Amino acid sequence: MAILMNLINGISLGSVYAIIALGYTMVYGIAKMLNFAHGDVIMVGGYMAFCSMTYLNWGPVPAVLLAIAVCTVLGIVVERLAYKPLRQAPSLAVLITAIGVSYFLQNAALLIWGSDPKVFTSVIHIPSQRLFDGQLIITGTAVATVLSCVVIMIALSLFTGKTKMGKAMRAVSEDKGAAQLMGINVNFTISMTFAIGSGLAAIAGVLLCSAYPTLMPTTGSMPGIKAFTAAVFGGIGSIPGAMIGGILLGIIEIFGKAYISTQLSDAIVFAVLIVVLLVKPTGLLGKQIREKV
Amino acid sequence: MKKKFRAAGKTARSNFLTFGIVVAAYIIIMALQSGGMISSAMSGLMVPICAYIVMAVSLNLTVGIMGNLSLGHAGFMSVGAFVGVITAMSLQASIPSGPLRLALSMAVGGLCAGIVSLIVVIPVLRLQGDYLAIVTLAFGEIIKNIVNCLYVGLDKNGLHFTMKNAMALNLDAATGKKIMQGPMGAVGITKLSSLTAGFILIILSLIVVLNLINSRAGRAIMSLRDNRIAAESIGISPARYKIMAFVTSAVLAGMAGTLYAMNFSSILAKKFDFNTSILVLVFVVLGGMGNIRGSIIAAAVLTVLPEMLRQFADYRMLIYAIVLILVMLITNNPRTKQLLAKIRSPKSGKEETEHVL
Repeated sequence: MAILMNLINGISLGSVYAIIALGYTMVYGIAKMLNFAHGDVIMVGGYMAFCSMTYLNWGPVPAVLLAIAVCTVLGIVVERLAYKPLRQAPSLAVLITAIGVSYFLQNAALLIWGSDPKVFTSVIHIPSQRLFDGQLIITGTAVATVLSCVVIMIALSLFTGKTKMGKAMRAVSEDKGAAQLMGINVNFTISMTFAIGSGLAAIAGVLLCSAYPTLMPTTGSMPGIKAFTAAVFGGIGSIPGAMIGGILLGIIEIFGKAYISTQLSDAIVFAVLIVVLLVKPTGLLGKQIREKV
Repeated sequence: MKKKFRAAGKTARSNFLTFGIVVAAYIIIMALQSGGMISSAMSGLMVPICAYIVMAVSLNLTVGIMGNLSLGHAGFMSVGAFVGVITAMSLQASIPSGPLRLALSMAVGGLCAGIVSLIVVIPVLRLQGDYLAIVTLAFGEIIKNIVNCLYVGLDKNGLHFTMKNAMALNLDAATGKKIMQGPMGAVGITKLSSLTAGFILIILSLIVVLNLINSRAGRAIMSLRDNRIAAESIGISPARYKIMAFVTSAVLAGMAGTLYAMNFSSILAKKFDFNTSILVLVFVVLGGMGNIRGSIIAAAVLTVLPEMLRQFADYRMLIYAIVLILVMLITNNPRTKQLLAKIRSPKSGKEETEHVL
């Protein structure tokens, strides 16, 4: 029973990683940049939901909607101000700028909300499910997290596969120049990608804080790094890859914590990642890079 | 032939200038310090600046010269720091001379960082681009995690290691001394580092790195960066030269770690995390990829900058972030680039080729 319990906890944590990793992977697929500020957007989402519930006494649904709206706008603004002028710049310059944005968001949050941790009240009001005479307890947060992850995954697959905007996104990620010649507004498409990625980060932030209810300006950085790892694990740029990578990472982390060592769980996650990359150098579902002479 | 001579003269001049800047800065700071013109906060920053300069120079070898993005350089620093501390504490009785003990600790710290880098280098040879970057990040985090739950103690029977807790060290009650206590880090370090030690380490790393870059091996490394396939086709072995560059870089980082750790009475494993790796990467990118002098200046300026911004109190890190973003936006603006190229070489008009990772 304990194994099943850990598996469910792992999938639940992994679902949060997967939602964050989707944001990383979409932005990477289109803009070919590692958006290190993505983890901090999660934190902003968490704080937005926290403030609207604590100070304004809003219900959970409007609070989550506000968090999504604020993060979406934040994503678009950051892209416009910091990343757009660097479209032609070397990728390391963009990486450093993203790190600058990350510092900025963390320190702005530190100034606004202070360094003391805030206690986040869960937005999820689903009662815990007790199965097998109470031997197996599934928390409401776990149910909600996994459900939202599945819904987001299906919606994103439909969006990128069926809608005009989604097709434009795939075209831009394939070949920016050719997409522009086909009449696709590349800048608008990239902005939209950042908007969707940041909106997803807000949802992930709320879910993460519901499961682990301490909120600090640095809350987003470690899940951000883990989700980035998950995205690479699954093959960066691939949406199903991010999903599988995220869930596997969550399961490995929880099992490592339960059966090997609590303190070394992060080391185990990263060690598995290195082994996987040694066997499959472009991640689980990554595209094979062909070398041209 | 004549052209070749002139080119060699140019690099020699450039290297001479780099050494000159470091020596001049050292003399000026020593003079100011003896005159009491430097605040205590600033003089406390001197050894960290030296350590960061060595870190930046060594990372530039990996990122700028070899062309592999590394996000785990602090991991080598961590290995060097803690191995150095353990060595220094073990030798406390047998070697009374401080500088000699520091030098030996640095050598052992650097050596161990080099050995660890031999494990890291295996995936480095297999992977490319962002996948490689994430593996270095992963190694950095693994090293931090392991060091964070390592307990080391010393008694008359020698060194004791465990990963459980302080009790499991089984130290001799009379002569036992705990050196590293898991998450609480290394405590009770005798401060051995000084500005002079830092200065010597910078000069040493400059000699190693600049000579490597301007040697046959250095040109081979750069040719692998610029076009691996072409380089391989003329018989340059990627494995050999990449290992050479990577291990050199790690050894220097380990020595910098020892220098850094010996400046404080206690040090935590968490100090050498992802953020420290990123900090050093920022020095390298802002100083210019492959530009050693740039790394030195950027490391010094960006370590002092938060201290200079102290008058803005709570806003200083916010301002630091804004400065970072603005510098990247301005230096990568096509118009300022043209302007800079014009200022730099009005006659030849030859633009420096920029390396893209």
